[in-house]
Amino acid sequence: MKTSYNGKLARINLSTGEIKVEQLDMELATKFIGGRGLGTKMLYDEGVATVDPLSEDNKLIYITGPMTGTASPSAGRYMVVTKSPLTGMIASSNSGGVWGARLKYAGWDALIVEGKAPEWTYINVSDDKIELLSAKDYVGMMSEEADAKLKEVHPGCSVLNIGPAGEHLSLLAAIMNDKDRAAGRSGVGAVMGSKNLKAITVTATAKVVEPFDAAKLKEATKACNQKIRENGVTGGGLPTYGTAVLVNIINNTGSFPTKNWQESYYPEADDISGETLKDTYLVKNAACHRCPIACGRVIKVGDKVVGGPEYEPLWAYGGNCGLHDLNAIDEANMWCNEYGLDAISTPCTIAAAMELFDKGYIKEEECDGIPLAWGSSEAIVEWTKRMGEGKLPLAKLMADGSYRLCEHYGHPEFSMSVKKQEMPAYDARGIQGIGITYATSNRGGCHVRGYLISPEVLGLPEQLDRTTTEGKAQWCKIFQDLTAAIDSMGLCLFSSFALGAPDYAALLNAGTGTEYTAEELLTVGERIYNIERLFNKAAGMKPEDDRLPKRLTEEPISSGPSKGQISQINVTLPQYYEVRGWENAFPTKETLERLGLAE
Amino acid sequence: MIEVRLFATFREGRDKIVYLEPEQASCPADVLDHLKIPHEEVAICLINGFHSKLSDPVKDQDVLALFPPVGGG
Ligand code: SF4
Repeated sequence: MKTSYNGKLARINLSTGEIKVEQLDMELATKFIGGRGLGTKMLYDEGVATVDPLSEDNKLIYITGPMTGTASPSAGRYMVVTKSPLTGMIASSNSGGVWGARLKYAGWDALIVEGKAPEWTYINVSDDKIELLSAKDYVGMMSEEADAKLKEVHPGCSVLNIGPAGEHLSLLAAIMNDKDRAAGRSGVGAVMGSKNLKAITVTATAKVVEPFDAAKLKEATKACNQKIRENGVTGGGLPTYGTAVLVNIINNTGSFPTKNWQESYYPEADDISGETLKDTYLVKNAACHRCPIACGRVIKVGDKVVGGPEYEPLWAYGGNCGLHDLNAIDEANMWCNEYGLDAISTPCTIAAAMELFDKGYIKEEECDGIPLAWGSSEAIVEWTKRMGEGKLPLAKLMADGSYRLCEHYGHPEFSMSVKKQEMPAYDARGIQGIGITYATSNRGGCHVRGYLISPEVLGLPEQLDRTTTEGKAQWCKIFQDLTAAIDSMGLCLFSSFALGAPDYAALLNAGTGTEYTAEELLTVGERIYNIERLFNKAAGMKPEDDRLPKRLTEEPISSGPSKGQISQINVTLPQYYEVRGWENAFPTKETLERLGLAE
Repeated sequence: MIEVRLFATFREGRDKIVYLEPEQASCPADVLDHLKIPHEEVAICLINGFHSKLSDPVKDQDVLALFPPVGGG
């Protein structure tokens, strides 16, 4: 039977050098789709939840979805699934570019990397041949330079790598691919570094993935592409302004966290907006593999042309550090890509450090000539580089994230994180539903695991009142479940501004031969959300880990349009557990049985 | 005065911020007519930071923010 899965995985043991080819378990694949879902299930079954994340017992799964590499819109995504050293829980970091599609074309659904290489190593995949090669010539190199050098050795390959941050095991280290695309969150780059694995190069001869029903996939793709073109967000807003267009929207709702969330309205926000970026440093937009949306930014930084910032780093280096110097933000964002640092957690940690400095906990003498002052362009650029290097004691501490930093100075409450991972750019005091997403995200503070900004602010698929709690728990569950399915298929979440569950079901069925209804696809997403939660439970998660920082529940917003508002997570969290069929943060026996997860 | 903030493509051929006298507009729809923006092009209309309908009342000192369909994540 033809299917858009390759049916084949490689298990690579870096300690022994053994490379085994395994068949994909199709029953599991049907139940968990691929990508994020299947990767988590495999990791859970292999007992990884209880290991030390930076030990050789941790495993790194680079996994595509069944739609990755097909003609479906935005079908270029892959996931890195592992145990996070930042949160101690599940990590599944998603990235675009072309690397995932290349892996698929080379004939693999996933690479499972185990053990630890005795010396710095890289994996070279060339169709069905996989070899381990010495990476000693690339150690210490910035991500872009390593990318270029590896392409000289393997012409035409796509490169995934870590920069210096991953090498020194920064818990904010990202995995970069195709120069400026990042599997950014949860410190997945540190896991790669802990295995002495610098890069994975992939070369593929094939250029297509054969689906189960080519005619049906063509038809479903055509219908989806039309919706994407006709949708104002995916067909106009995102290609023209990128995600950066959110700066002005979120700021105008008074939900734009400012100075480490001490305020939530930034009067100078327009200086760092998508509109201003377009009028100043933008060279062109860019697309990941097979993406008709093309939200990527290509910008000028000095005389270099590089990948530009998304909304999150614009906010995090900008308003959150009290700064409106767009050029400095562009440069700091570029250093995140070069050193291989998460462009959300890194600037958020700098913002937390600025608050500690402002309040006198970090002393000027610790700053080695560059004070961590609010609004300092020099500070955001130079401290990003210092975190990337990890040499200066304070920078090394900051490179492990805001929670560990603030705890070190005796004030963990200044860390605006959930499960030790920094929250993104939307204030959950002014936008109630997104607080449920933050609190209950299995990978810690995160917006893309149930993007309630869509209904609460953007009015998609319908406008909800951002200030109320009613119905938000149910909305959150649906968004979380649909997102889990999309992430597992290998498609980009941004396609969901235009597409809904029936569209995704049609694509998946044509690709793999499943016969899911839209509702059944959501149930698969629910299963995935629950297996992640089981992983976290096994990893030692406690109910109190589903919490928001005190600042959001005890300090009302002090100024701007949302003045006086506070998160009502105490109201919404119990409602959420009820709609999920969870008790005390974990699935009940009945829920597990209903989802086919009972052991 | 009513402060009208324009964003994204609404800025093409217009100022970023326009001030209107309260007599010139009693609701966002009036503002759009004044600025020659077709009503159906508006995806998000905020009055003082809160989502509003084009027929909701606006008064002196209000801040109106208007966006075409845009988004991200
Ligand atoms: S929408 Fe943007 S991030 Fe998503 S696949 Fe397309 S170009 Fe990449």
